[in-house]
Amino acid sequence: MNFNITIGQYYPTDSILHRLDPRVKLAASLSFIIIVCLIDNGFGYAISAAFIAAAVWASNVPVKLMLRGMKSIFFFIVFTFTVNIFLIPGGNILFNLGPVKISAEALNTALLMTARLSIMIFASSLLTLTSSPIQLTDAIEYYLAPFKKIGVPSHQIAMMMTITLRFIPTLIDELDKIVRAQKARGADLDTGGAFKKAKALIPILVPLFLSSFRRADELATAMEARCYRGDIERTKMKQMKFGMQDLYAGIIFICICSCIIMANFIF
Amino acid sequence: MDIIKINNVGFGYSYIDEDSNKTMKTETLKNINLNIETGEFVAILGHNGSGKSTLAKIMNALLLPDSGEALIIGLNPSNESNIFEIRRNVGMVFQNPDNQIIATIVEEDVAFGPENLSIPPDKIRPRVDSALKNVGMENFALANPAYLSGGQKQRVAIAGVLAMKPKCIIFDESTAMLDPNGRKEVLDTAIKLNKEDKITIILITHFMDEATLADRVIVVNDGQAVMGGPPKSIFSQINELKALSLDVPQITELAYLLSEKGLNINTDILTIEEMVGALCNYN
Ligand SMILES: Nc1ncnc2c1ncn2[C@@H]1O[C@H](COP(=O)(O)OP(=O)(O)OP(=O)(O)O)[C@@H](O)[C@H]1O
Ligand SMILES: [Mg+2]
Repeated sequence: MNFNITIGQYYPTDSILHRLDPRVKLAASLSFIIIVCLIDNGFGYAISAAFIAAAVWASNVPVKLMLRGMKSIFFFIVFTFTVNIFLIPGGNILFNLGPVKISAEALNTALLMTARLSIMIFASSLLTLTSSPIQLTDAIEYYLAPFKKIGVPSHQIAMMMTITLRFIPTLIDELDKIVRAQKARGADLDTGGAFKKAKALIPILVPLFLSSFRRADELATAMEARCYRGDIERTKMKQMKFGMQDLYAGIIFICICSCIIMANFIF
Repeated sequence: MDIIKINNVGFGYSYIDEDSNKTMKTETLKNINLNIETGEFVAILGHNGSGKSTLAKIMNALLLPDSGEALIIGLNPSNESNIFEIRRNVGMVFQNPDNQIIATIVEEDVAFGPENLSIPPDKIRPRVDSALKNVGMENFALANPAYLSGGQKQRVAIAGVLAMKPKCIIFDESTAMLDPNGRKEVLDTAIKLNKEDKITIILITHFMDEATLADRVIVVNDGQAVMGGPPKSIFSQINELKALSLDVPQITELAYLLSEKGLNINTDILTIEEMVGALCNYN
C-alpha cells in the first residue's frame, strides 16, 4: 500500500502568492472555483487556464511537485472524461466505432468537465501549497467569527482543523506500521472480494482508532499544560495583514474574473 | 526558597469497580512529602506505576491533590485563579514527542504557549526566536515537525515550554522513546537550561545514568517518596534500590560487585572516569 499524499501540503518558499493575506487567497480561490463551475465557454476557460498558469508561475512551487501531488486525482479526471465521452448521447456523431458512438455534444461535455476539474484542482492546490495550515485555519476562523454570536464555535473548528492536518502524517506512519504488523502475523489484506477485503480492514482500523484516542488524550493534556484555555484572551504571533499588495491582487483578480464572466456572455 | 512544596499530598484516580459497579478511587499518591528548591536539578526515580507521572501532574496543576497541600511557586493550585500562573511557570515535556506538538510548523508550535498567555504579537516573535536558539533548533524554525528526528522533536517541545519563560521544567520520561543521540541532545539541553538559565529542572527517568547527573535524586515507591539525597549516596545503597525494583548505574554495580569480592573500592562510583581513577590508584 502506498500512502503518499502531497495534496494539501504546504510548500514553504518565498513568493508573491506566499506573502498574500490568506484571507484574500481563500476568498479568491473559492470564488474562482465557483465561477469556473458556472461558465461553459471556451474563451472563459482559456482565460482561466492562463490565469492559473500565471499563478502557478508566480507561486515559485515546482510544477513537478504540484503534479505529483495530483497524481491520485488525475485518475479521477480521466475517469470523468471517459464516462462523459462514451455515455452522453447526441445527434452529431463524430466517430463511429461499431457500437460506440462519440458525439460532438459528448466531446464538448467531456472537455468541459475535464477543464473544470483540472482548474478546480489547480486552484485549491495553489491555495494549500502557498498558505501554511495555520494561515488557512486563521482565515477560516476569521470568516466564521461573525457566526460566533449564533453559536458557531469558530475557534474550536479552526483548532480542530489545525490538529487534523498536524496528525495526518503521524497517523499515516502509524497505519503503515499496523499494516505491516498485521501482515507479519499472517493477515491477508490484498486478495479476496470486496467483502473479504473490508473485513480484513477491521484488525487495522481498531488499533488505529484506539491509538488515536490515546494520542488525543495526551495531546489535550499537553495543550492544557501549555496554558491553553480555548480562545479566552488568546493572541496570535502571526497577524494577518491586509496590505497594499493584497489590494492590488484583489483588484487584478476581480478584473480577470469579470473578463471570464463577460466572455461567457459575449461568445 | 522552595519552588515546589508537596506536604502530605494524597491523590487517587476514580474508576468504576466491575463487581460492585461503584465508583472507587485508586491510592496512587499516599501522603507524599517533598520539597524542590529553586534552581535545583532533581531526578525522580521509581518503577512503573509508582506514581511519578501523577506527581508531575500535581506539580503543574494538571491534577489537584485530594488531600494535603501543594504549594507551587508559593501558590496553592486548589485556588482556581492560581492554576494559570502555576502552569506558565512550571512547564512540562512529555514522553511521546508526537503527542505534544500542535502545529505543522516548528515556530508556530513554539508560539502556541505565549499565544495562550495573551502576549502581544510583536513580543511573541523574540521569545520564539530565542527559545529555538536556546535549544539549537533555530535552523528548523520553518520545518514541519513531522519530519524531524525524535530528539529534534523533543527539543522543539522544550522550546515550546521555554517560550513561556517558566521557572521550572518537568521532564516526564522525555528521553524514553529516543535513541542514544536523541537522549543526549535532550539531556544536554536540560543541563544547559539549569546551569545557564537557572531554570529548576525535574527529570523523571528510568535511566540511571541520567539520574547521576542531577544534584539530588528522589526515589518514589508506591506513592511515597522513600529515598532522597545526592546521587552518590543514593546509588551506593544498591540493596535498597534493588528491593524497590530499581537498577543502579552499571559502573556502580561493577564497583559493588568488586567490593563484594573483597576489593577495597568505594561503592559510590558513578562514572567510568571515577572507576578508572579508583582502579589506577588501587592498592
Ligand atoms: N488516568 C488514569 N486513570 C486511572 N488510573 C491511572 C491513570 N493514570 C495512571 N493511573 C494509575 O496510577 C498509577 C500510577 O501511575 P503513574 O502514571 O503516575 O505512574 P508512573 O510512575 O509515571 O509510571 P511509569 O513509569 O510507567 O510512567 C498506576 O497504577 C496507573 O495505572
Ligand atoms: Mg509515567
